[in-house]
Amino acid sequence: MKLHPMIAALRKHKAGVVLIALQIALTLAIVCNAIFIIGQRISRVNRPTGLDESNLFLVSQQWVGAPSADSADGVAKLDAMQKEDLVALRNLPSVASVAPINSLPLLNSSWIGSVSLKPDAKFSDKAGNARTAYYFTDEQAMSTLGVKLVAGRWFNAGDVQHQGFRDNPPHPVVIVTKAMADKLFPAGDAVGKAVYADGSSSPSTIVGVVARLQVPATGSWVNDFAWNATLIPTRLNSNGSRYAVRAKPGQLEAAMKAVAPTLYRVNPLRVLDDDSVKSFADIRAKAYRADVGMAILMGVICLVLLSVTAAGIVGLTSFWVGQRHRQIGVRRALGARKVDILHYFQLENLLIAGSGALIGIGLALALNLWLMRHYEMDRLPLPYTLIGVLAVLVLGQCAVFVPARRASNVPPVTATRAV
Amino acid sequence: MLAYYFHLGLRSLRRNPALTTLMVMAVGFGVAASMITYSVFRAVSGNPIPDKSAQLFIPQIDGWGPQQNQKGEPAEALTYNDAMALLRAHEAKRQTMLYPVQLAVLPDGKRDLPLNASGYAVGSDFFAMFEVPFRYGGGWSLQDDDARAADVVISGELNQKLFGGANSVGRTIDLGGHDYRVVGVASHWNPRPRFYDLFSTSGFADEPDFYLPFARALDLHMYTGGRNSCRGELSFTNWTDYTQSNCVWITPWVELDTPAEVASYRSFLTHYAAEQQRAGRFNWAPNVRLRDVAQWLDHERVVPPESRISLAVALGFFLICLVNTIGLLLAKFLRRSGEIGVRRALGATRREIYTQYLIEAGTVGLAGGVLGLLLTALGVGGVGVLFPPQIAKLAQLDASLVGLTLAVAIVATVLAAFYPAWRAAHVQPAWQLKSS
Repeated sequence: MKLHPMIAALRKHKAGVVLIALQIALTLAIVCNAIFIIGQRISRVNRPTGLDESNLFLVSQQWVGAPSADSADGVAKLDAMQKEDLVALRNLPSVASVAPINSLPLLNSSWIGSVSLKPDAKFSDKAGNARTAYYFTDEQAMSTLGVKLVAGRWFNAGDVQHQGFRDNPPHPVVIVTKAMADKLFPAGDAVGKAVYADGSSSPSTIVGVVARLQVPATGSWVNDFAWNATLIPTRLNSNGSRYAVRAKPGQLEAAMKAVAPTLYRVNPLRVLDDDSVKSFADIRAKAYRADVGMAILMGVICLVLLSVTAAGIVGLTSFWVGQRHRQIGVRRALGARKVDILHYFQLENLLIAGSGALIGIGLALALNLWLMRHYEMDRLPLPYTLIGVLAVLVLGQCAVFVPARRASNVPPVTATRAV
Repeated sequence: MLAYYFHLGLRSLRRNPALTTLMVMAVGFGVAASMITYSVFRAVSGNPIPDKSAQLFIPQIDGWGPQQNQKGEPAEALTYNDAMALLRAHEAKRQTMLYPVQLAVLPDGKRDLPLNASGYAVGSDFFAMFEVPFRYGGGWSLQDDDARAADVVISGELNQKLFGGANSVGRTIDLGGHDYRVVGVASHWNPRPRFYDLFSTSGFADEPDFYLPFARALDLHMYTGGRNSCRGELSFTNWTDYTQSNCVWITPWVELDTPAEVASYRSFLTHYAAEQQRAGRFNWAPNVRLRDVAQWLDHERVVPPESRISLAVALGFFLICLVNTIGLLLAKFLRRSGEIGVRRALGATRREIYTQYLIEAGTVGLAGGVLGLLLTALGVGGVGVLFPPQIAKLAQLDASLVGLTLAVAIVATVLAAFYPAWRAAHVQPAWQLKSS
């Protein structure tokens, strides 16, 4: 089939052609970027935290009328209270293990600092310096959190200290994540080396390396150090405390229910509200709510958009078929087969959709540039654009099929009838 | 005649149901998507204190220096030392320092378990500056600030929990182990975004439970219940060292009525920073800011990026729906070329044809608007999927949104109909009459 007569025919319907092409171009621009956003959000939500997330929950509580953590005496009392809580929770039949901890991945409550290879480092030093989030916990954290040790050893009970919330004693041993170890010690020999936390002059020896552990914050500002976590074997003492609890398999709900009465039995002067006992699944859902929502919204918009565009193509092509009823009859009378008429409309659509898609690629890149400038978006990779082009071309073919088949069913006798 | 055209428009909606349904759905979906995202955007980008936003200013002083500050910008809050200096200088007509505090409330008689309460330590000017409405009583006075009085203003909600909603002015409550006298009960007051505390909140949080005197909170060594940001090695272990550190945690606000007052306050800030440089506390040139509420909201990027992106995408979606509508209207109108030809031959002017088809498009727009309204109502209920509950509940279908939805649908459809109606008006009567 020659393209020339087809293009000549399209010239007669400039408005319709332009409208369909424009609609396809805009659809392509939005669908490409929307699918890209969906892909990005899904990969963000699916990145593993490094924890064994099932059967894990977090208890956050606050004591009422607790002693101040500013005096040594107060710190000692607070630590005794925390230890009582830990013993009570560890004795629960549904609980496998408990560790005190200041935060968890995805909790968005962080203690951020920087760890350096040299003592007395400045905040602005770039070399040999790694930003990190600290987890203050104890020797039971490995089994409680379910993190995997890849080198060295885990903390033992003798390593564990305690300190007031605002104190800054030396921390002789730490465990870091593999990401962090690789950054500070590219040779892979981090275990046994000394590092200095937050410009401190006293060394901390790395005794172990864990495979992976995410920092608590999920915002884009932590993207540079999302996997740089440092574990410190210390119970933090303040007027509140957090406990990570691993329930025995299948007993998560029972363990979560048992927490409040158990802790109130230890000491009723404390605040435990609805938010105090949270399963890790809830923490995860809350942290990624906006991402999941965005992906759903973009998905819905894509679907509706594609249907609207398809419906538009069906509508306009039907109109054309109606307009050209007689010409189709003439062609059929002159010997064109049904399949020729069908192909004619399909090819015509491919031509229009193809030119629309070409413009659409430009628009998609422009929209992507605008998003990149304003919203920390990455560059749209080529495959997304190609998939988008393919999608709108297939969509056009599907949409045109019904009216094209109706056109192919126009009987040749129409040619003689209407004059 | 217009009413007749409208009537014709309604009848023509029924003529090609498939085409009509397509158009109405396109307009409906497009307008609903735009309105749902707009309702959220409107809620998060609104001016929380419209009548005073140009008179309230937040001073910032760079206490960290070019090596450690935020890419040249001073920290978003003040250190204790700078906050105290501004407070003592009292260069503005009204001023307040504030920071969030979390305290446990012991209900009366210790019958119940303690409650967690969050509130703010504020100065006496806070209530007048931010126009806090009161149900009972009022704020405390400047003298109470100086006397470090144990006064407290509680929210209506806390008043309900503790006193069953009765007038509790003069009664005592136990906050964090200390007794406070209730001097006022605030009516519901929770401006959103919470412009006055963007340092510790993202701008959307539940109403605070109480407000207590700033000076009193400092006396009791209450650490901030919100954010605290420090630079360099942390060496403090007690309250005194903490207050002397470079940690920032106090948000200052001043009220300045005239441009002259603003200019003079700005020069005061520069002056103060220069003085600190001379005294050797800062070894960098003065780096200060004085932003009003609108500039502060903008600087702190209060509007969540999700809100802007979804609004932009929804508007693009609406645009496509309109392009679609143009095509479908073209098909719909030109199908009736014969009818137009007859009318033109019988003496109708082009203008009359034009009017008739624009009005017909208007009826399509109206139908699309009604569908859009239904979808918007559904969607506004479902924005909780995308936004946290504090933001989601701000999106509401009110009278102005209903009006806007219908207006946008009709106006957009009529605009989309300009070209198809023009084509319809230029149908050649002779040609049409001949061919039929």
